[in-house]
Amino acid sequence: MFWEPKIETMPVEDLHRLQYRLLKSLVYRLYSFSEFYHRRMEDAGVHPDDIRVLADVKKLPFMFKRDLRDSYPDKIFTATPEELVRYHVSSGTTGKPTVVGYTANDLENWTVSLARALTSIGLTSRDVVQVSYGYGLFTGGLGLHYGAERIGATVIPASVGNTERQIELMQDLRATAIACTPSYLLHMGEVAEKMGISIPKDTQLRVGILGAEPWSERMRNRMQEWLGIRAYDIFGTSELSGPLFTECSAQKGFHVWGDFALTEIVDPETGEPVAPGEKGELTMTVLQKEALPIVRFRLGDVTEMDEGVCACGRTHPRVMRITGRVDDMLIIRGINVFPSQIEHALMSIPQVGKHFMIEVDRKMELDTLLVRVEVAPEAFSDKITDLMRLKAMVAGKLRSVLNVNADVELAEPGTLPRFEGKAKRVVDRRTL
Amino acid sequence: MDTEEFVIRQISVFSENKPGRLAAMARALQEEQVNILAFSIAEAGEFGVVRALVDQPDKAYKKLSGMGFVVSFTEVIGVKMRDEPGGLYEVARILGEAKINIEYSYAYSGKEMAVLILRVDNTREAIKQIRAHGGEMARIPSGPSPVKGR
Repeated sequence: MFWEPKIETMPVEDLHRLQYRLLKSLVYRLYSFSEFYHRRMEDAGVHPDDIRVLADVKKLPFMFKRDLRDSYPDKIFTATPEELVRYHVSSGTTGKPTVVGYTANDLENWTVSLARALTSIGLTSRDVVQVSYGYGLFTGGLGLHYGAERIGATVIPASVGNTERQIELMQDLRATAIACTPSYLLHMGEVAEKMGISIPKDTQLRVGILGAEPWSERMRNRMQEWLGIRAYDIFGTSELSGPLFTECSAQKGFHVWGDFALTEIVDPETGEPVAPGEKGELTMTVLQKEALPIVRFRLGDVTEMDEGVCACGRTHPRVMRITGRVDDMLIIRGINVFPSQIEHALMSIPQVGKHFMIEVDRKMELDTLLVRVEVAPEAFSDKITDLMRLKAMVAGKLRSVLNVNADVELAEPGTLPRFEGKAKRVVDRRTL
Repeated sequence: MDTEEFVIRQISVFSENKPGRLAAMARALQEEQVNILAFSIAEAGEFGVVRALVDQPDKAYKKLSGMGFVVSFTEVIGVKMRDEPGGLYEVARILGEAKINIEYSYAYSGKEMAVLILRVDNTREAIKQIRAHGGEMARIPSGPSPVKGR
């Protein structure tokens, strides 16, 4: 099912041509009308005439979160007060809040992006969508609300909190889909069980649209099995407008509509594009945004991109699940290593627990990477050779994922530190 | 079969190679009034495996695993050794000829004579072969044999 079949399945070459046209006019507009971007381009020695092919986007300077914070509240805006129709304000958990302004066109594009996305996971005008994201300054609630209304679905604007009432409404109004954070859905599942309500048996719920916080493939499997739903990842940040893109029914990365945004994956250190299929920092240019233009915005999220045509028939590139933050990145002997890669590799080895510590050192001018893991009691063998083999297996697995040698040490179960919330699993002892 | 009465349940404990771990184990066994009859440490860098024959393996297992240690039972055998040249050769030769591999071994000096503790790849066959060739097995009571040694 497609919302705009012609656009969603347009040949890749045509999509690139369209992106180039949009980029070109965006750059001219910003160079002419935005003081901020004009100065940035001058400093970088780039003129709109230098953008001759789509790949020339890399001549443009990057934009960082701090640029938005520094221009609080609206110094980068390029819309007049007459054109502005709404503000959203990001929570500011990592610093000063940022303000995002919208013109009527900005709201329209945001809504259409979600209409396409919700259609791609099989939702239609027959569905009832419970929006359990916060309504208000946060973009989640209103974004999903307008997107779901656009496809003709019936919206329950539940917002967050009052979980028991939410579950009653889900039952009574026959909600078929819910949009919320993955942790809130897990909480709802638990509360429902306490109320004696089985979500698979006693409700019509079949789809979860989950995001606004990191979650894993393992959580997806657990929720799908436990709640009898299909769980889809949704992505977006307030700077880009709000939640914008979801996975399609293939559940293999979220489609970034190429006519709305140009996606790059860059090496967080050098800013150069990574090889296709490699992990790096998600960087986006919103091609059609009027009030708050976003060019080569470094999101700080670590992921990879697949530009191949999707099983669903859509030609727009897919960005894979976010696996970490750039701030967590380590550089070991010149190779970028993300703790999330290590976590992921260890998850597939049942003989070691899911807890680990990473210790980085420099010995004789050479970086060393040590990964400490706990031996699962079931995997304990009295024979040293078996334990050495387990160590070698873990080291081999890490090497194949990280492309860098890691030493592995086995620890007793329960002895590695446990973390509540944000884990601090890296000890970097290098002094430069 | 009287072969079974010669199968000894050894407890094996995974331990990080750092100060105080052995003391913690030994004190716990003392508190439980468990006597250690024989004992060895195999070390491999950051970790090691402590192997012990104790008079009350189940009590030791419960106490140590309750403390968070990874503990397992392993089947071993004990062979009495003549205290004279050629004593070890005799035992090793019997097993070698029977194509039984020794995975590890350590010794225990009993009240009457020395006992060689052996972990082999075929416990019951080793008992049969040693006895058939005139060797004498040590009987170390360690409770009922576990379902299956690792």
